[in-house]
Amino acid sequence: MSKYYTFKIKRYLPNEKPITRWDEFRVKLNNMERVLDGLIKIKETMDGTLTFRKSCAHGVCGSCAMKINGKNRLACQTLVKDLPEIIEIEPLPSLPVIKDLVVDMTLFFQKNDKVLPYLINEEPPPQRERIQSPEDQHKILESITCIMCGSCTTSCPVFWSDKEYLGPSALLKAYRFLFDTRDKATEQRLKAIAGQDGIWRCHSIFNCVEVCPKEIDITKHILKLKRLAIKKGFKGGQE
Amino acid sequence: MEINKHYFDTIIIGSGLAGCRAAIECTGKGTVGVLSKLYPTRSHSTAAQGGIGAALGNEEEDSPEWHTYDTVKGSDFLGDQDAIEIMCYDAIPTIIELEHMGVPFSRTPEGKIAQRRFGGHTKEFGKAPVRRACYSADRTGHAVLFALYEQCQLRGVRFFQEFQVLDIVIENQAIQGVIAINIKDGSLHVFEAKVVIIASGGYGKIFKVTSNAYASTGECLSMLFRQGLPLEDMEFFQFHPTGLYGLGILITEGARGEGGILINGKGERFMERYAPTIKDLAPRDMVSRAILSEIREGRGIDGKDYVYLDLRHVDKKILNERLPEISTFCKIYMGIDPSEAPIPVVPTAHYAMGGIPTDIDGRVLRDVDGSFIQGLFAAGECACVSVHGANRLGCNSLLDTVVFGRRAGKAASSILKNSTKGKVKRERVALITECLEMLKNNKGKETVASIRKDLQQAMMDKCSVFRTEKELKLLIDEIKTLKERYKEIEITDKSKTFNTDLLEAIELGHMLTLAEVIASSALQRTESRGAHYREDYPKRDDENWMKHTLAFQREKGITFKYKPVKITRFKPEERKY
Repeated sequence: MSKYYTFKIKRYLPNEKPITRWDEFRVKLNNMERVLDGLIKIKETMDGTLTFRKSCAHGVCGSCAMKINGKNRLACQTLVKDLPEIIEIEPLPSLPVIKDLVVDMTLFFQKNDKVLPYLINEEPPPQRERIQSPEDQHKILESITCIMCGSCTTSCPVFWSDKEYLGPSALLKAYRFLFDTRDKATEQRLKAIAGQDGIWRCHSIFNCVEVCPKEIDITKHILKLKRLAIKKGFKGGQE
Repeated sequence: MEINKHYFDTIIIGSGLAGCRAAIECTGKGTVGVLSKLYPTRSHSTAAQGGIGAALGNEEEDSPEWHTYDTVKGSDFLGDQDAIEIMCYDAIPTIIELEHMGVPFSRTPEGKIAQRRFGGHTKEFGKAPVRRACYSADRTGHAVLFALYEQCQLRGVRFFQEFQVLDIVIENQAIQGVIAINIKDGSLHVFEAKVVIIASGGYGKIFKVTSNAYASTGECLSMLFRQGLPLEDMEFFQFHPTGLYGLGILITEGARGEGGILINGKGERFMERYAPTIKDLAPRDMVSRAILSEIREGRGIDGKDYVYLDLRHVDKKILNERLPEISTFCKIYMGIDPSEAPIPVVPTAHYAMGGIPTDIDGRVLRDVDGSFIQGLFAAGECACVSVHGANRLGCNSLLDTVVFGRRAGKAASSILKNSTKGKVKRERVALITECLEMLKNNKGKETVASIRKDLQQAMMDKCSVFRTEKELKLLIDEIKTLKERYKEIEITDKSKTFNTDLLEAIELGHMLTLAEVIASSALQRTESRGAHYREDYPKRDDENWMKHTLAFQREKGITFKYKPVKITRFKPEERKY
């Protein structure tokens, strides 16, 4: 079962004039194929200059996040049969575009770096593994599935208007360590996220939850961070 | 063209598990730079699902000796037993160390690292399956990669992301450095170094149906081979038994470890016939052959070219907690819920046992006599130590990356003091610039996509699970024709910015080189062992072939030399499960 789809793609070619334009391509795809397959077909047979990131092609590496029919998604995880015949594709919003669907993720990753994104525990490790109950491990289970594709942060209206905001992805990373029983940097990390650019800027808009390809309830995690911060004496909007 | 020059004591190519683990080992002992053609956490290690093997004995009695035996037997006795022993004994402290670094392993009720069954891993030398694979649900690679990358960040490792390596510079039998392109702006960068560790991963993209990422194209291996260095045991390529039908997406062996079974079109649990003792948990080479034999004999589902992986009888709680990712894949890509419907599966190109020959410390060997390239190391899937021999056991690849990533890092750091800084000559850079320009400006009627497609199809048809002399000879001719066609390629994108059109053309050139090595290595080995199954030579032939193949590029074409297998504890025996 194959049918034709029209891919309307927002182009950005820094060496051409005009730099920005919309191109349309007609592609025949079967009902198992994904938006990524369509993009590859276009690149291979119609326009070799069309540029996008890709790698694993099954939703685990996070390379191919883009805006598809108005919503941030992974191209490799979006089946064309679930979309209308006209598929409109743009790069992830609110980050500088490098070329076509490739955005500069530097700012996004920098946010992550600010939350001390690594396990901190300076106690000498035991001979064997640190003991963690399954219940405690389950507390971070959802947060560790994040693939850092950038869909959430670039869908967040707070981030759109304020590039200083840490954003949902970085806050989820903070959660992953703050709620890991093995981590000992609670104060330090809370300090990093409870300032004016951190958790209090989240207004529970839920855009991040709606777009997350791993179906992580990010807003819920941020609410838990807020609760923890208050418990530990960090007040809204202050250091 | 303006050249950007950098110096690091250690350069690591690749930021998957082996690269990151090596980098951690190198910090504090000199400057470290890691080059990755992707953003580091997008490396394909992240797609590893089921587990990482270590005889921790957390769920039942286990021993590194049993692990060693299983790995030797799994390798069809081609693995080097000294290296295997190191890996299986090192496994325990290595996994404990990963846990201390923050890997969020799944847990037993007592809070220890949880373990499950995996193919070919047994207790008491083959008596019954054993719980040896440490896991984080079915996202183990992801969990380990993130923890290692995070530890690299903590230690201040410098990453050059989206830098693609164009040349690995060796002169006077010593490493000098690496030439790379910054994908973002097309600028050329020369990285001079005292040591280079190659951890560039696999090359499954040479085959049409594969679990591997688009990035798994193997150019680093080809770069060494073209400079006259050998590649070892390239005929051994693993097909994972359970790839999603039509897509090749991996469904972890852990699914069978948790109780899943394979059934054919007649509803039979056919693995009972092929491996009566451990059945569906037989090693991958055997299960893949069994599936394809069932299909060939007309017992695929409805006579078609796939079988079912049945998880319907597995407790829903186990599916949700231990196999959530593959359950999601089934829902997204096939529209089925594995708790209600069986999963259509077929073998998928998965893992290269062969690669860059190294010793047990990751030193890259340049000949069968053990001589090596000064300052050059390799670890992970790109390397061949050899711990996997003719067939790798599930959950031993992640183990290999961290054990030998660490050893390579340690060995590399230890020679820094007595090594001189590498020098990359201008002429070498000029050659690369010229190549890039040529590829960009070449005129012809061929496209990268069409040649790549033909290559992947030919490799799949003639060099996958079953092989014959006739088909392999045809394949080698086809590859030669494809190489001729490659000279006629024309690319569309002429820009400097993020030119994936150009980079794919470079990758394809290397894929063609590797494909010829794989096919030629497969042709010359006239026996069947592990993943290399010759229908015209269906028996293992220890008398003539208990040896490693080393392929070399010479003027007259590919030539072969051989290296004995290191046998220490376990004498070769018939491989039955």
